[in-house]
Amino acid sequence: MNRLAARPGEWIDRSQRIAFSFEGHAHHGYQGDTLTSALIASGVRTLGRSFKYHRPRGALSVANHDANAIVQIRRAGRSIPNQRADLLPIAEGLEAFAVNTQGGLARDRRRHLDRLSAYLPVGFYYKAFHSKRLFPYWERLFRNLTGLGAVDLDAPRVVTPKRHEFADVAVIGAGPAGLAAAVAAADAGAEVVLVDENPRIGGSATYALASETASAQRVADLIGSVTSHPRIRRFVTTVATGLYADHLLALVTQDRLLKLRAGSVIIAQGAFEQPAVFRNNDLPGVMLASGAQRLMHRYAVAPASRVGILGANVHAYRAALDARAAGIEVSVLLDLRERPGPQSLPLAETLRAQGVRVLNGTGVYAAHRGGSGDIDSIELAEWREGAWRRSSANAIAVDGLWMSVGFAPADALLRQAGAVVQYDARACQFVPGVLPPGLFACGKVNGVFDLDARVADGQRAGTAAALHCGFESRSCFGVGAPDQETATHPYPIVEHPEGMNFVDFDEDLQLKDFANAVQEGFDNAELLKRFTTVGMGLSQGKHSNANALRVLAQLRGMPLDSIAQTTARPMFQSVPMSHLAGRGFSPERRTPVDADHESLGAVWMPAGNWRRPAYYRRDRLTREESIAAEVRALRGGIGLIDVGTLGKIEAHGSQAGEFLDRVYTGHFGSLKVGMTRYGLMLDESGVIVDDGVIARLAPEVFYFTTTTGNSAALFRELVRLATWWRMPVSLVNLTGHFAAFNLAGPRSREALARLTSLALDDAAFPYLGVREAKIANVPARLLRVGFVGELGYEIHVPSGSAAEVWNAIRTAGADFGITLIGVEAQRMLRLEKAHIIVGQDTDGLTNPFEIGADWAVKMDKPFFIGQRSLAIIAKNAPRQQLVGFALEPGRYAGIRECHLVIRDGDIAGRVTSVGQSPTLGRTIGLALVTPAAARDATLSIRIDGGAQVAAPIVPLPFYDPAGARQRIDSGGARS
Amino acid sequence: MFTRHERLKSAYDVVIIGAGGHGLAAAYYLARDHGMTDVAVLDQSYIGGGNTGRNTTIIRSNYLTPDGVKFYDESVRLWRDLSQDFDLNLFYSTRGHFTLAHTDSAMRTMRWRAEVNKHFGVQSEAVDAKTVAEAIPMMDLSCGGHGPPVLGALYHAPGAIARHDAVAWGYGRGADRRGVEIHQETQLLGVELEDHGSGPAVVGVRTNRGRIATRKLLCAVAGSTPGVLAMVGLRSPIHIHPLQAMVSEPLKPWLDPIIVSGSLHIYVSQSARGELVMGASLDPYELHSTRSTLDFAESLSAHLLELFPFLSDVRIVRQWAGMADMTPDFAPIMGKTPVQGFYLDSGWGTWGFKATPVCGKTMSYTVANDQDHPLIRGFAFDRFAHYALTGEKGAASVGH
Repeated sequence: MNRLAARPGEWIDRSQRIAFSFEGHAHHGYQGDTLTSALIASGVRTLGRSFKYHRPRGALSVANHDANAIVQIRRAGRSIPNQRADLLPIAEGLEAFAVNTQGGLARDRRRHLDRLSAYLPVGFYYKAFHSKRLFPYWERLFRNLTGLGAVDLDAPRVVTPKRHEFADVAVIGAGPAGLAAAVAAADAGAEVVLVDENPRIGGSATYALASETASAQRVADLIGSVTSHPRIRRFVTTVATGLYADHLLALVTQDRLLKLRAGSVIIAQGAFEQPAVFRNNDLPGVMLASGAQRLMHRYAVAPASRVGILGANVHAYRAALDARAAGIEVSVLLDLRERPGPQSLPLAETLRAQGVRVLNGTGVYAAHRGGSGDIDSIELAEWREGAWRRSSANAIAVDGLWMSVGFAPADALLRQAGAVVQYDARACQFVPGVLPPGLFACGKVNGVFDLDARVADGQRAGTAAALHCGFESRSCFGVGAPDQETATHPYPIVEHPEGMNFVDFDEDLQLKDFANAVQEGFDNAELLKRFTTVGMGLSQGKHSNANALRVLAQLRGMPLDSIAQTTARPMFQSVPMSHLAGRGFSPERRTPVDADHESLGAVWMPAGNWRRPAYYRRDRLTREESIAAEVRALRGGIGLIDVGTLGKIEAHGSQAGEFLDRVYTGHFGSLKVGMTRYGLMLDESGVIVDDGVIARLAPEVFYFTTTTGNSAALFRELVRLATWWRMPVSLVNLTGHFAAFNLAGPRSREALARLTSLALDDAAFPYLGVREAKIANVPARLLRVGFVGELGYEIHVPSGSAAEVWNAIRTAGADFGITLIGVEAQRMLRLEKAHIIVGQDTDGLTNPFEIGADWAVKMDKPFFIGQRSLAIIAKNAPRQQLVGFALEPGRYAGIRECHLVIRDGDIAGRVTSVGQSPTLGRTIGLALVTPAAARDATLSIRIDGGAQVAAPIVPLPFYDPAGARQRIDSGGARS
Repeated sequence: MFTRHERLKSAYDVVIIGAGGHGLAAAYYLARDHGMTDVAVLDQSYIGGGNTGRNTTIIRSNYLTPDGVKFYDESVRLWRDLSQDFDLNLFYSTRGHFTLAHTDSAMRTMRWRAEVNKHFGVQSEAVDAKTVAEAIPMMDLSCGGHGPPVLGALYHAPGAIARHDAVAWGYGRGADRRGVEIHQETQLLGVELEDHGSGPAVVGVRTNRGRIATRKLLCAVAGSTPGVLAMVGLRSPIHIHPLQAMVSEPLKPWLDPIIVSGSLHIYVSQSARGELVMGASLDPYELHSTRSTLDFAESLSAHLLELFPFLSDVRIVRQWAGMADMTPDFAPIMGKTPVQGFYLDSGWGTWGFKATPVCGKTMSYTVANDQDHPLIRGFAFDRFAHYALTGEKGAASVGH
């Protein structure tokens, strides 16, 4: 209906007709159309309802940030909220609906909110509905009124891979300045990436220069140079949304996030055209002149048939000429300026010669809506006695009004990266001052609007950016002439007693809202933003911040350069979470014999990044029974535990022992080769953070284990400490390189003897010894440990040979009834022996003295981490103490870990570990309690439901206090 | 709402540094409860411009230590009446708060917190996965097969959110009406101390707008604490770490409760405007800056989609950061200090917002009476020298 005849350079493909629907009505457009362009072509101008008052709104900028044209779409069975109609390409079968309506766009049942607006002033919600009784009802209403689109709770996860890119020079924005910058940098030898959000390069030249033949040709030549340049890559339909430290650019395309690291960055993103403020400046049909030009030149769409133009620069005149050329009647051109500039004057003459009324010193006092709800006439304002006043002239009939009264720089990325901007009174906009190293700006962001000057500015920036990366240019570029005319009006704002003169369309903020806010003391930019929510809508202030600052400066009677802007933060344009998330890698580590566990009935549990068998399923046995069977099997014969998830680290060097002396509480420099020792690691405040077994393999080689969950972080920290202390220690993380199995139980020595020639008797391989020997012909490290309280060997072998060794051990142990042991049984075995688990039997404040580990702490060393704190702690009365408790045999009282110990009505501690000991036939547990509670005969433990259970305190360990199980001779191991 | 005072007076009974929620709350209660109105609140920037305006507004009292639980429970009690106190709607919205547990050790911690909470009469329950699924049916408890599934949660019914800026405005307006002067864009340059044999004592402050004589100085400046401490010659074990957050575009309401997952390092709630307000754990390094990073937005999105895959197409609008003043035991530092007349309200790390009312109450008492309020005795400055720490790490680290 409003589609113009085919024109050169249009972005649509008329051979591909596409059917879609909007609000349930069928429409069609062409390949290349956005939803906005296709709808306006079909005669639909009301695209959405506003956020607060539900006023009908149409297109404003057609530049990918029209926050009032937001739709919910259905595509391929998915419902997707909050799509921008001016960005969304139409597709066959697309169904789109305006968001934020009740009962559809036309009949929105909330449209009456518009008439209630007098009762809904800025911040009204802070001042009402806050009695405790009524707030929940009001809140429910409020939440349903806000919120734009609805999320589809059944939508699937979208997985979008990411890409990494590198460039010497990244140029953001492919308008004339960016094109010139890219060519200059590439000519100097730099590899250049040129980024633009539009599908074609050229920037404003693709719509704003139709009436300027020579300029258009100049840009076409530049586009040709860029396209043919071997060192320029063009990333189109790509939005630069964030500029982070060290020139990391977040680039967003339709289907992925691109992370571009550049040597230097040039911001040539141009400027956003800004609306004028007058009554009803939001009616459908009122739009930015650049938006109308985009519709005409890119999509061949006429957004009006009889238009008024409100201008304050040469661009308004060019838009009028474009309208005429497209067959659109121009009813009037209103120029806010009393004296148009030298570029405007000849164009004004041309227009007048064509019969167009051109009025100077004239603005719009109010727009009026017709029966359709769209604009149908404008009432004029005149500049008299220093203010805009209602004109006595008759209203002028129009069906469209295009505004070109000024621009705001698209400097968000510059400011994100730390550029300081200052107000340039000549250009009436903020421009960057000193830029951080490697960051450059050119074109309209610098307040430069004339084509020649923009190109010159781009060449300058391109040359400088290349030089920053070490590419010297042989070319010498001149400086462009200053703009002949200022593009931006300093105060394009007309007051009206009845308001509805919108400063922020996203958030429905009127001029008076700002006066009210400042009156209340919200009188700097940040407070104003937070109270009014100006700039917090979907377009993030792209069309409102500039005018809001002007209004604030006016209200406070201060010059604009003394008003600080709000902080620029990512994202410049919003980004789907799927793009940020990418494919979402979540590594899970598996030991080399993982598949065996699975086939042997493992029930898995997470352990750090690993998975470990919690226990192995047994026929006709419950979980608890299965675990108990594992415990009994190990105590009575042999058990095999996959402990390959432990952190495994090697320390090499002449000072390796001294290094370990500093990070662990015990003596390791004096540890004999061939022996191991338990180690506790503390933080600086003396709190236990990890434990492990340290083995000395050679005078300058230590091999030690850490807890599973801490291993990666701990290794990083140890490397940091070695570097910080400048110690000649090499640390090697062998966690994944080695598998480890704990073969334990009274018959373990006999089984092991079948696999090795190593002498295993107590004299040759004592408790806490370490040996390197072949097991099943595989070189292995054997540590004689006692975590589960039986004769036992940790067998560490290279991961590649782990399966062989595992199978050999299982075969050798078969005659002795070897049984696989899971984590749950291991926990019970160590509990019977009262060996602690760091993080379970300790908390965020537990020091070694509190768990009875004084023996592991050597205060006589010159230094270890936490020593200074322990020296102070040792002088204080102890805060808590680890004690053991046991119920009478056969009694089960429902005690669970973290149940509280209660003494005289107060919390006196908590249960840290508890379980039914299969070996002892009773409930046993550990508790961290106050010293007073520890002196009692029984603990009073509060269980679920609040009842208290008396649990007698018993000495630790519960099992084998004399350590006899380690002294069992081979062959005599019968329990 | 606020009066703009053109010049500073030459002396005030009390000077408060920091016009965030804490500083303004202290001023409000000094004026309202202690009759002290000759008070100046100074801020180098603007009202609520620090962590008050940057936090993710979660209010809860499901802490781990008795000191913490009692303190935050009093805070929640104050919160509930604040809107009516102020005659200003703070959008205090009780939503319920789920701290998800993905491992059996996390479940143990949840039970511990629940037991301690219940002991002090605070509503908290360790609940199983089935209960979580019934309460938040749209959540993928399997986490999309990435990482450990949700085994259960700590459910804290009083968990709430509020409009953070309005809290500062409400306290500011209340203080302003009672005669307190709020001076924005007023920077502290130095603190003047005198020592007459009984140790250093505050006698005045220097600012970019002139000198002020005062004998009581309250410091409530979060990330700027180390700088102010240096001015009075004190050292603390506070380290500054950035804490980042981000927000989505507005959506129709679908998420009522506040969701926290320590294993996935995320938390999320839906604001009254419909935005998803999201955060993660602290950046692991010390940094005195409020810059944002891309990897934060990336990893937070990845983890959030594990729980809520249907948010794939939902867009992130904005990210930001604050400077968190972290203590070794994840509990604050409050009260008197070795410098006479210098009172500290700091170490609030990532959990200061929810404590705003009770901090104002207790600090105003402490300043007015030159005596630590009983509720803050576990948070004393000198506890680090004596190793009498208050270990809140288990409850404070990701939950904020």
